Amino acid sequence: MKVAIIDYKSGNVQSVKFALQRMGVEAELTADHDYIMRADKVIFPGVGEASTTMKVLAERGLDKLIKRLHQPVLGICLGMQLLCRHSEENNTKCLDIFPMEVKRFNAGDSPLKVPHMGWNIIYNLGDALGQKMEKEYMYFVHSYYVEMSEYTIGTCDYIHPFSAIIQKDNFMATQFHPEKSGAVGQLLLDKFLSQ
Amino acid sequence: MLAKRIIPCLDVKEGRTVKGINFVDLKDAGDPVELGAAYSREGADELVFLDITATHEKRKTLAALARNVASQVNIPFTIGGGIGAIQDVDVCLSSGADKVSINSAAVRNPRLVEQLAMQFGSQCIVVAIDAKQIGDQWVVHLNGGRIPTEVELFSWAKEVSDRGAGEILFTSMNHDGTKNGFALNATGRLSRELPIPIIASGGAGSAEHFYEVFTIANADAGLAASIFHYDEIPIRVLKQYLKDHSIPIR
Repeated sequence: MKVAIIDYKSGNVQSVKFALQRMGVEAELTADHDYIMRADKVIFPGVGEASTTMKVLAERGLDKLIKRLHQPVLGICLGMQLLCRHSEENNTKCLDIFPMEVKRFNAGDSPLKVPHMGWNIIYNLGDALGQKMEKEYMYFVHSYYVEMSEYTIGTCDYIHPFSAIIQKDNFMATQFHPEKSGAVGQLLLDKFLSQ
Repeated sequence: MLAKRIIPCLDVKEGRTVKGINFVDLKDAGDPVELGAAYSREGADELVFLDITATHEKRKTLAALARNVASQVNIPFTIGGGIGAIQDVDVCLSSGADKVSINSAAVRNPRLVEQLAMQFGSQCIVVAIDAKQIGDQWVVHLNGGRIPTEVELFSWAKEVSDRGAGEILFTSMNHDGTKNGFALNATGRLSRELPIPIIASGGAGSAEHFYEVFTIANADAGLAASIFHYDEIPIRVLKQYLKDHSIPIR
């Protein structure tokens, strides 16, 4: 199986590669269009700021490429947010694969802190994901979130419910970091790779 | 609900952990990677590695440590110890660390916090503060607590938070090593006054101490070293205790 991890010099993509390695899967960190197009699975990771990252993607032609992908694609964290229509983070137009808004957490009067950082529970998982991960803790680090929608197949609560996992056609994406979420995170990666 | 985090801290010198001789079932308890992976299996929520090697090749040492840990450990980890420049942070993060912790360098050059937050994002910048209560003042200390400064804990914590730090790792030097419990008043005040997570460190000696620091002081995470290394409180047991006492725990 050929797995491509889209490399656009974002922070910590190495962790995704290591996580797959521990599962016995060698993945290629690459920005090469042909390689990505021909891969069996594509992972679109991301840590960073939305507008800068969209610019980097556009410079490398990766924005158009990602929209054309037909194989299973997994977006992670910022990768998930960039698959949506628009992000409030520096008013950024994103890839519009999912027709949702990415909004900033507003703690208001609550004592909750932003970013939402640490381990939180995911629930209401869609049938495709099975029950093994239902109500398990995953590792999150983010200040912006994807609103709830018909594409939400996993929910998390922080200040209010938001999308922890979304899916549409061949695209799936998680707000949490499965590669950093211990044994349970590995289940999610397994699920994706065995699609 | 966001879980409270339990964080073992490992001191690493020349690629070897400094403490950790009593730890369970390890082939090599001196290997930071193996020890880290064991903690992860035990249920640690995050790991902190402090590299205390004195070397001119600090950057290479940090990168190797980050890479080795990242390849084996499937939970988030922080690298710290002598990080003084943007390039140090860059190599740690690009080698697989999730966060870096800076301490003395931030006090010497507070703008560094801002630069790092801008370049890498607040979420990966932990500012570690070692402070000692002298009279009614909490005085920030440098170089692992050896050098006192003119800086006061609460104003310094507020300043680094304003400058973009993502978390504060507060160690009370008065409590560190005593096993009599965390500095509840100071930790509580930091949690109340700051909009970023507080990791409490120094003084953990029992499961009750973690309960107190999460409830009375409202810390987001509790960090300890020797009680975990010497297996005095296995992480599994600690987490079960906290769960039984209604603390949100993974």
